Amino acid sequence: MTEALLQTHSLRKEFGGLVAVDDVDFVVPEGAIVSLIGPNGAGKTTFFNMLTGVYKPTAGAVVFAGEDMTGKPPHAFTQRGIGRTFQNIRLFQNMTALENVLVGMHTRLKGTLFEAILRTPRVKHEEVDARVRARELLEFSGLRRKDNEIGRNLSYGDQRRLEVARALATQPKLLLLDEPTAGMNPQETAEFTDFVARLRSERGLTVLLIEHDMRVVMGVSERVTVLDYGEKIAEGTPSEIQKNERVVEAYLGTAAVSTS
Amino acid sequence: MRRRLRAAISAVWWDILGRLGLSHDRWTALPRTARRAVKAAIWTGISLLLVAFLGVWQWSALAIAAVVLVLVVPRYGGVTIRGRKVGRYIIPAGVLAIAITYPFYAYDANGVSPGLPQLPIFGTFPLMSTMVNMGIFSMMALGLNFVVGYAGLLDLGYVAFFAIGSYMAGWLASSQFSQVNLRFGGVGVIQGLTGIHISVWLVLIAAGIVTALAGVIIGLPTLRLRGDYLAIVTLGFGEILPIVARNGDSLGGFNLTNGTGGITPIDPPGFGNWFHHHLGLPANYGALGTTFDRDYFWTVLVLVLLTIFCSARLRDSRLGRAWIAIREDEVAAAAMGIPLMRTKTWAYATGAFFGGVAGAYYASYNGSSNPDEFYFQISVFILVMVILGGMGNIWGVILGACFLTYLNSEGLNNIGAWLNGHFGPGGSDFQVWHTPLDVPLYNFGIYGVILVVVMLLRPEGLIPSRRRAAEFHEGVHDQPLYDTAV
Repeated sequence: MTEALLQTHSLRKEFGGLVAVDDVDFVVPEGAIVSLIGPNGAGKTTFFNMLTGVYKPTAGAVVFAGEDMTGKPPHAFTQRGIGRTFQNIRLFQNMTALENVLVGMHTRLKGTLFEAILRTPRVKHEEVDARVRARELLEFSGLRRKDNEIGRNLSYGDQRRLEVARALATQPKLLLLDEPTAGMNPQETAEFTDFVARLRSERGLTVLLIEHDMRVVMGVSERVTVLDYGEKIAEGTPSEIQKNERVVEAYLGTAAVSTS
Repeated sequence: MRRRLRAAISAVWWDILGRLGLSHDRWTALPRTARRAVKAAIWTGISLLLVAFLGVWQWSALAIAAVVLVLVVPRYGGVTIRGRKVGRYIIPAGVLAIAITYPFYAYDANGVSPGLPQLPIFGTFPLMSTMVNMGIFSMMALGLNFVVGYAGLLDLGYVAFFAIGSYMAGWLASSQFSQVNLRFGGVGVIQGLTGIHISVWLVLIAAGIVTALAGVIIGLPTLRLRGDYLAIVTLGFGEILPIVARNGDSLGGFNLTNGTGGITPIDPPGFGNWFHHHLGLPANYGALGTTFDRDYFWTVLVLVLLTIFCSARLRDSRLGRAWIAIREDEVAAAAMGIPLMRTKTWAYATGAFFGGVAGAYYASYNGSSNPDEFYFQISVFILVMVILGGMGNIWGVILGACFLTYLNSEGLNNIGAWLNGHFGPGGSDFQVWHTPLDVPLYNFGIYGVILVVVMLLRPEGLIPSRRRAAEFHEGVHDQPLYDTAV
């Protein structure tokens, strides 16, 4: 196996008495597409939020590209190269598509307050350049000629795509997608699955997916991790996971296992 | 209710016009500019009639009406000069030209209006001193706009920055510290006067920088809070600073602020003799008799223009985008790599900077800095200017600031005089009340009513930013996210 890009060591999160994530060890190898699945309330999103610094873990560590990131603020994670989307779309609803992507470039631009007021040649150049790159990203994400559209006015699928474009603008090494195909129709889902594959092949990204749609999970990822009640109950290739008894049990209940 | 009322009025209106042979269809068939021209002409006609019957008629009213029509009617958006789009600058440039020349046609050197009509109800055009105050408050409102309008942080203690700026002028350009004797370009200082007397232009810069630093110091612990909590803590700071100023006449025996007496006199602005002789700039604003407010006014115009310039440049920059992103959705902004604390602190410091400069200029204009001037009401007053005019929109904020400052300085007084003259004791029309009504006494009640009415009819403000208007109608997608418990 190639080198691990992201690792967690017995990562744990408690909300009061509730253990949402229970000592999970987890590895995302560089260049892989990894899926995280589990029934509702299994702690997937909580786990995700710890991987991006939104939540601080109760115990354990997050290591990204060899650096211990535990306890760092969210923007530090983004700076190091973790980009993410949200389960319930969180675009800047009243900004245009282009502006959304430009915000994503924040950490990669350097213009300071004083340079912005004086509009130095460097900042001018940087802004023009950023706009060109933002348009390229929108086009890559299938949002051609939508740059001046207000986020809220985009169709659902386009909003999802814009979220990805915005995450790509942060120039991530690792892209975390939180249920990206939720609410998409089968055709959109198929397109999106292709898009994720292209992210790796064309942009060299490592991708971590939270997904409910098994066709996406089985179609695109080479490793699957299953969470249930905050615990990691299985890990392996998609076909191994499909046969795993504990996974079937977690999804369908014990009765399903005993009768089959 | 509002919609039904509007529908009813418009039905009656079009019914009457339809009988006159001017139906709604014919109206909508007209080109847009023509429709705007007709609407503007109707309103101008009504205003002129009011001036004629309720005010004091002057033929210059027609000139004013013509200027208003020229500014309002044509759509300048697409105007180009040699291929460069200049359309959007035409209206601001027109308004600026009117403002710059105001001292020439509104009030002569003796403070008498040479040729403007009296407005109905509102009476005379704003005095020069009111115009100066409008500029100062525009600057402060624009400063607060960085915090409230751009970054979406509710700051109820903005007056603290106003106070710091004002006291900076007091410390650096008066005889407050008589222990030291330092002079650097201060004008109008009598021989042998002790204290620090630094040129007001340097004081303005110093006040801005010190206030911005104060903004950072206040911001660092408080900006971690969200929403209501932030509002309450800033409110606290806004209360603490004036009280420190009030009691600062003996801080361990040291007289810092001269207590309730305030620091006075503060040196007036001016360029000194060298610049006066070589470049013709006014040597000392305070020494020019009754025309001195002209110089104060033009100077504050320059300061406001600088503030507008910085506001516009920052709004369209990387930092401005980050502010707006934070306002729209903090979690998403953080996930996009925007350092929340640092970005918010920049907004706070930038806003504080302009508040400080405005405060220092205000102190220099009034010749004093007094703790009575920095009360909570001022914070709210400036906040109302921003909200009323349209959060996040530079022109809206300036409109709000000018309108409320005008009402506060003389508008209410004039309205009161008009009301009493017509309906009060010995009124020229029918007498309604028997003791004169003191309208300015009810100022905050009146502002409250204005605010409520505007919020009902136009929640996004008089001139909203496109984005803000959308937020008010669609809501912002912002949920609490951080687990602060950890």
